[in-house]
Formats: sequence, C-alpha cells, structure tokens
Amino acid sequence: MSEWRFWLKEQRGTLAAVGIFLLMFTIYVSNHPAGLTANVVQTASNKGVLLAFVAMAQTLVVITAGIDLSVGMIFILTNALASWLVIGSPLETSFGVVAVLAAGLACGALNGLIVIYGRLQPIVATIATGAVFFGIALLLRPFPGGSVNEDLADMMTGKIFGVVPSSLVALVAIILVVWVPFSRSVIGRAAYATGSSEIAAYMSSLPIRRAKFTAYLLSGLLAATGGLFLTFFTYTGEAALASGNAYTLFSIASVVLGGVSLFGGRGTAIGAVFGALAFRTIGDLLFVFDFDPLWQPLFQGVVLLVAVSLGAFGLFRVRNRLEWFG
Amino acid sequence: MITSAIPAAAPLFQMDGVSKRFGGVRALENAALAVEPGRIHAILGENGAGKSTLIKIMAGVVAPDEGRMLMDGREVTFRSPAEASAAGVTCVFQELSLIPDLSVADNICIVHPPRRFGLIDRQAQRVIAEEALVRAGAEDIHPRMLVKDLPLSRRQLVEIAKALAWKPRILILDEATSALTAADVAKVFSVLMRLRSEGLALLYISHRMHEIAELSDECTVFRNGHNVMSFAAGTHSNGEIVEMMIGREYSNAFPPKPERATDTATPALECRKLGWTDRLRDISFTLGKGEVLGLGGLDGQGQRELLLALFGVLRGTTGSVLVDGKSITLASPAEASSEQIGIALIPEDRKTEGLMLPMTVRENLSFSVLDQVSRGGVINREDEEQLIDEMIKLLTIKTAGLDLPVAALSGGNQQKVVIAKWLMRKPKIILLNDPTRGIDVGTKHEIYLLLRRLADRGTAILFYSTDYDELIGCCDRVLVFYDGSVARELKGSGMTERALIASALNVEDGHVGTAA
Repeated sequence: MSEWRFWLKEQRGTLAAVGIFLLMFTIYVSNHPAGLTANVVQTASNKGVLLAFVAMAQTLVVITAGIDLSVGMIFILTNALASWLVIGSPLETSFGVVAVLAAGLACGALNGLIVIYGRLQPIVATIATGAVFFGIALLLRPFPGGSVNEDLADMMTGKIFGVVPSSLVALVAIILVVWVPFSRSVIGRAAYATGSSEIAAYMSSLPIRRAKFTAYLLSGLLAATGGLFLTFFTYTGEAALASGNAYTLFSIASVVLGGVSLFGGRGTAIGAVFGALAFRTIGDLLFVFDFDPLWQPLFQGVVLLVAVSLGAFGLFRVRNRLEWFG
Repeated sequence: MITSAIPAAAPLFQMDGVSKRFGGVRALENAALAVEPGRIHAILGENGAGKSTLIKIMAGVVAPDEGRMLMDGREVTFRSPAEASAAGVTCVFQELSLIPDLSVADNICIVHPPRRFGLIDRQAQRVIAEEALVRAGAEDIHPRMLVKDLPLSRRQLVEIAKALAWKPRILILDEATSALTAADVAKVFSVLMRLRSEGLALLYISHRMHEIAELSDECTVFRNGHNVMSFAAGTHSNGEIVEMMIGREYSNAFPPKPERATDTATPALECRKLGWTDRLRDISFTLGKGEVLGLGGLDGQGQRELLLALFGVLRGTTGSVLVDGKSITLASPAEASSEQIGIALIPEDRKTEGLMLPMTVRENLSFSVLDQVSRGGVINREDEEQLIDEMIKLLTIKTAGLDLPVAALSGGNQQKVVIAKWLMRKPKIILLNDPTRGIDVGTKHEIYLLLRRLADRGTAILFYSTDYDELIGCCDRVLVFYDGSVARELKGSGMTERALIASALNVEDGHVGTAA
C-alpha cells in the first residue's frame, strides 16, 4: 500500500464526518431563503461551535474507553459562573475568563480522580458529578440572569473582516492549542493505547493513570470553553437542566458521527467537531424545509440511530462469538 | 553494548531462593537461576511447573514473596514491567502487549517515542521503527499498518521488534514461536542467534524440543515450582529431559474405570476434520456413549477452541460434527444445548462464563431449565424447587440457603453449582474445560466420582484438563493436542505421565505403547 492510502485508512472516520457535514451543509445552504451569505454562515457557526466544544470534550474521554456524562453540566455550570465573573474592566474580564476555565479544569480533575483512584465506572461517576455540577449551577443562578462583557461577547460572536465568523476562528484556535498537542504527545498516545487495550498498555508500561487524568482534565477545560461561548451568545447565565442533558447526549451523538469509537482507542476530535457541525446542520435542515419544529427531536434521533448502526458493522467479521461481548 | 561472551565470570542475572504463592497454590518454591550474556538459555517444564511465574517475576509483572534477584551482582527489585525493562530485562509476551488500534511504528516506539518540541516526532519514529523491524527480521511489515490488521505471526515479530527498541541486556521469549509459521520461525532463529553474538542474554521458553535443541546453549528444567536441573544443551536426550519433568505428587484417588467393550454402536459425538482459523487443524475423533475422553497436551494447543467450537461459539468452522450419527451445524450455544443436540459446556472461568455471581444459587441453577419449570412465561416455584433440590443432593452442594448469592459459596461449591446448572438439562454430551483448576482436593474427588457416575449412565464426556494426573485417573482415552491438532491418542496402559508429557512435547518416546 502506498503512503496516501494509509493516510486515507487512518483518517477514514474523520473524512466521513467531513463528507456528511459538507453534504448536509450544501443541502442546508442551497435551500436557505438567504442562500450562502456571511450572516447565514455566522449563525450556523455560532450554533455549531457550542456543540463542537462539548463534543471535543467528550472525545478525549471516549478515546480512553470512558464516557463523560457530566460534560453538559460542566457546560451549564461554567455558563452560570461566567454570567457572574466575565464582566467589568478588561482586567476583571480576563480574570473572569481564567476563573471560568479553571472551574472547568477543576470539574474535569474531579471526574478524573474519581474514575482513576475511586475506580468507579466512568458512566456512574460522571452521572453523579454531573448532578453535583448542576446543583452548583442552580445555586449560582436560581433564575436566568447576569451579564457578560458585551464588547468581548460581540467580538467573539461577530465576524472578522466582515466575512469569517470569529467563533469558528476560536474553534480552530482551540483545536490547535489543545487537540493537536494532545494527540501528538506521549500522554495522548497513552490515552489511545489505554482505550484500545488497557492490559496491553499496562504491559507496555505506559502512564495509564496520567493519560486518563489528562483526558478528563482537558475534557473539563473544553466543556468550560463551550460554557464561556454560550455566555457570549446569550449574554446571560441560566442553570437549564434540559439544555445540559441535551448537550451531553448530543456530544455522544457527535462523537459517533465523527467516527470516534465508543470502545475507545480510535477517532479524532476533528472528526467529532465535524460530527457536531453535521449534527447541528441536520437538526436545522427541518427549518429550511419548513417542517414543524416538533419533528426535530424525532428526526435527530433517527439520524443518530442510523449513524450508530453503521458503526456496528464490524461485528459481522467476528470469528469467536465471545468477542461480541468483550 | 557488546559484552564479552565468557560465561565463567559472575552471571549477568541471578535469582536465589525465589518463592511465590497464589492463594494456597505454590507456583514457585525456592527457585534459582543464573543467566549469562551471549547465551541462549532454554526453560523447560510441563503445565504448572512454574515457568510462567518465573518470567513474570523477572519481567516485573508479579513480585516474589521471598528470595532475591541480582543483576551484575547487585540486588534489584522490579515493581513494574517498566522498571524491569529500564534495568535491562525485557520480555516478549505472547501477543499481549501490542495496542491493536495503533500502528506498527507507534507500537514499536511506544515506550520512548522520539520527541521534538515535546511532541512525538513521527519522521524519527518511522526511522526507528524501520530499523527495529529490520533487526527483528520483519522488514516487509509496513510501519504504518495497524497492528490489528496484521496476522498473528507478524504481530509476534512486531513484539520482538518492540522489545528490541528497549535495548535490553536480557531478552525473555515466552513461547515466542508458538504462533509463527515455519518460514517466520527460521527468521526469528537467525535474529536470535545474531542477538546472541551481540552479547545479549536470551531466555527462551518453549515446548518445542527440536527448537530448543537447535537454538539453546543451556537448559534448565522446572518441576512443581523448583528448578530441577540445569545442564548444557545436548548433554541429555529428550527421554532424559522428559524424565526430569515427570514427578508431580499424586494425591487424588480416582474411581475405578469399567472395562469398555469395543464400541460398535453409533458414537455420541463424532468430529470429522474439524478446523477453525489456524488454531484447529483437521481434528477427527469419536466419543462413545458412556465414555470419558480426555484432552491433554500443553496449555493453549487448541483444546479450548475445540470445546468452544463444539458448543457453537466459534464462527467459520470447517469440517463436520455428528451427534448420534446425525450431522449438526454449530450455530450458537443455545442450539448446541437444545434438547435435540444436548451438549453442555462447563466453562473454564466460572466467575465470568459460568455464573452470575451476585445472583442467588436458586436463580443460577434454574437459568438453564427455565423453559421446563415455567408455563406461559411464569416460573412455577414448586417445580423449580423440586428440580433444584434433586441437584443439590446429587452434588452435595453445601450452601446455607438457596437465596444466598453464589459469590458467598466456596470455589469448589461454586464449581458444583456450574455443573449442577448444566446437569439439570440432562445433557447427552458434557464438555469440561479444566473444571478442577483452583478448587480443593475434596471437591475434585467428588467431581471425579460424579463424572464416572454420569458416564456409567451413558453420558459422553469430553474432558480437557491441564492436570496430567487427572487425565490418567479419570479418562478412558486421552487425545494429546499439539499445535491445533491431535498429536497422539493414548489409552489403557499407554496412559502414563511419561507418555503424556512426551506426546505433549511432540517427541518420540519408545518406551510406551501408543496408538495413533
């Protein structure tokens, strides 16, 4: 096999997600009453980026063969926190941003510690911590409200040179600063190895615990980035339970669409980002076709079901039936 | 790092008085070993002789209870495989340490990847991987291939390449050739000989006597956790080596075996040229009604796969299987255990494959007969109770109550529950996968009696055991497996420990009467 075919094989999941997104977005734009304008792209980007951040957060944990059901709640908690802190003079605002991101890191660290040292299954541990995070969010914002530094918010949700949505630029920047170094670091490789086969990773004397902890930590950070952007878009904070749960579930959907294996060890955050953008576009397709919005959850559910089923095809190749359960 | 190959000096590595127990079982007792640079040292021993515990201790996977290890005359302790490797002791495990979803290059460089600006340098990694693959004689493997896409024999070469990337001083190869094709074996041998000439010490664990004869400079034989003897290769014959490996303590009384007339009736089970991937090759045998047929040989020669295949767990088997003279398809465990076919499998790992540990004794027992004790989907407690009582009495299961979780029973009683669960279906053919491993002598004895009693009633029994003593004591005949096929069939007075070991190693042994 020549080099580019190896590359193609390695990137298959990610490329499929890019393909799905491009297809869906083309259908979306060509049926949109306004067509392909900077404003349409900006709106789509602002909606998509939120889920993209949360999906990236989910990806890091899923790569280690875990799952983080608290990402949506970290997203909500940091939104509530940002509506208190990201305000005032430039100095105060920057302090607020740092504090919000630090809160995300703290949430991720807590998840990591419980999963690694408490030896709880990630699914149980993160349901519990998610409830805790939501509880704190509710105490911070019993009622929707608060405010945000509007100059910063407008800058982050506007357009650069009147064309490029700045939220998209921010997403690319975060990918370059967080994902790319992670995926190429020793810790990142250990995370993949742990997800692929924890026993083999142990026998290869890889830093399994540090890899998992880093994954949860960065997951918290990325979810907090999402929470920050939510505040920029809405100008307020709100402890919305339904929204938190929806983001958690959609993040898993995006991860699957993005070609990340829920069994761990395979997939990229870039794939998940495109999975998120595609998922959002699919949801919005109904609007441009003038369907009743009531159909949206059902439609998204069907799309997700199809995507998940495609991922299960590998089971047909199994020669030892016991491997179905491994 | 080339050290001189003079053996007379202090050994590179030495262990002294090393002991290790697992629960009540002593795996290694006061073992000693000396390893010298520039030599290939073969370790021999039958199942459970302590070989694998020995190398796990050397490789830092398990810690010894007693004893000490010296490297270059200085005492060392390894708390993890990483520490052992850092000290220069690296083990090539059997397909255990490769990450399936990563590429060959990623795997080879997994421990110390080359870095630039803190991130992994993929170009440099590629170069290192290519060099290591050449050193391991596997230059035809592309470094970008995913490990899971490689066949087993190629993976083994990647394992060796990976171990070499540690730049070890002692390289341990645990059955490193068992998955290899003949062409690959020849390659690995030339690689090992070159490494020896470079001054590496190689510890070679294998059951293939001809490989050991061809390759090794010295041999150490283990038996019952002791090192029995060390000698220079070529100074003892295969027969003498087999003799050294014999000598397990006999402690079990076995029920008498009835005389069996020559079978003319239709056999309960017949296999014709059964095959599955490269793990089972052309397995043909018959199992008569009321017969106990043993499966012997070293661990991992295809015995488990045969049982799984017969129970419908494996997909893509070739050849045919006949039950009561009628050809059957091996589609699923549910089908294999149906009333028409009537096969039961007592699995090897009762904790994961045989029992639902947190559920009660009653529930576990009635799983397999729910259809018999229920009507319209509702379980009839009285019928259930009656069936269960019969079984508990038959097997003398000691439990304080049927509603206790199975996890609360002793290992021996748990195993009896597994057996009882399947007996409740009144199977015609019972497959046993090493059923007495890790249980007490008393229960073992009861299981032997039970098997013979079932056989006397006409049940056909296929019995895989890693305990030779047990095979000799319990079985009417034994099929000895080697490398996925039946190497020899032993019966009557031909079933001796000597014959079992010799045929498990696939060497000739002139002293025993054998039937092919």
